[in-house]
Amino acid sequence: MSGQEVLFEYLLRLGDNALILGHRLSEWCGHSPALEEDLALSNVALDLIGQTQLWLNLAGEIEGKGRDADKLAYLRDARDFRNLLLVEQPNGNFAATMARQFHFDAWHYLLLRELTGSKDARIAEIAAKGLKEVTYHLERSRDWILRLGDGTEESHRRMQAAIDDLWMYTGEMFESDEVDQAMMREGIGPDLASLHEPWLGLMRSTAEEATLTLPQPGWAQRGGKRGMHSEHLGYILADLQFLQRAYPNATW
Amino acid sequence: MTGSLTRPDLEQIRTWLEEVPDPEVPAVSVMDLGIIRDVQWSGDELVVAITPTYSGCPATSVIALDIEAALRARGLDRLRVERRLSPPWTTDWISEAGRRKLEAYGIAPPVESAGGPSVFDRLLRKPLTIACPRCKSENTSRISEFGSTPCKAQYRCDDCLEPFDYFKCI
Repeated sequence: MSGQEVLFEYLLRLGDNALILGHRLSEWCGHSPALEEDLALSNVALDLIGQTQLWLNLAGEIEGKGRDADKLAYLRDARDFRNLLLVEQPNGNFAATMARQFHFDAWHYLLLRELTGSKDARIAEIAAKGLKEVTYHLERSRDWILRLGDGTEESHRRMQAAIDDLWMYTGEMFESDEVDQAMMREGIGPDLASLHEPWLGLMRSTAEEATLTLPQPGWAQRGGKRGMHSEHLGYILADLQFLQRAYPNATW
Repeated sequence: MTGSLTRPDLEQIRTWLEEVPDPEVPAVSVMDLGIIRDVQWSGDELVVAITPTYSGCPATSVIALDIEAALRARGLDRLRVERRLSPPWTTDWISEAGRRKLEAYGIAPPVESAGGPSVFDRLLRKPLTIACPRCKSENTSRISEFGSTPCKAQYRCDDCLEPFDYFKCI
């Protein structure tokens, strides 16, 4: 892969994580346990979709084939998506959604914080913008881990089950492949492994305060970054892309 | 007639922009919010640089249209509204007048400088004290970190019982 191709791949990963998680959260709209949560989930979704536009527009510009954020979001197939497996996992119950969010937010926060120092000024600028938003996402998702973990017997059981189920999707966040390594060499992206300790530290202190138990390290699911997805992504795309596929170039 | 003789000076243009309300919080103008980052002539074309408050804020494109419409109504027909991402918008740029207008409108203005503690420290400290914009009591509770727009959180006054919005610091 040429330097530009690697950069394109890297930007797709950043953009696709935000896009797919933003879409998942938008599925809650009108279904949340309380009006305040409905608003909050939609607001977080909105931030993520806004970040998606910034990342994917830049990706399209780097690619130089005339694709913008909309074309990249609506007209690629599942194998061309580069998001982590974690973000495409189903919403499940509210505890599962918030556990998925907390695992991602903590990583996202650490990653964006590193990217604000990227040698690529365009990446640093988008990261600085996103970091402010993600800070609030993280505060909120952490609050929910505490409230549900250290809540009723039922909420504790559900939160513990959610963390147990999602844990195997978190390993992928800290593994570098040749794209990550190339970005690291050029000072564009961080060493993903270096995010693991601070991430784990926040997981541990939060779990302890929430009376939850972190799963033992074990086998990790991986593949999202290379386009190998779970069956869930196809269903997401069927929903997300329907309009543009059925009525190409439709606008309003 | 040359462009330079007819073009209004930048101070004048700024006072016109003071009259353009934010579409979501019409009590304050786009100038009050600090969204306008620059107003410059480039030859005989006016360039207005604006910065989004939040990446996904749907008001950003409406703001650009409102600015363009307001300036065209003043007779400026060669103008361009540019989006500028860096440095990222911060609530520190909300003017003093803007803060007073927010409070009078019933929205508690941001209370701390955005350059405050990093999130890992913030997570572990006590929540901020936000005064009720109606009765000024500091006996308030946060209902949700997010409100009717991405820039606001929801609070409730435990004295006068009024629910209110708080403009978050970013």
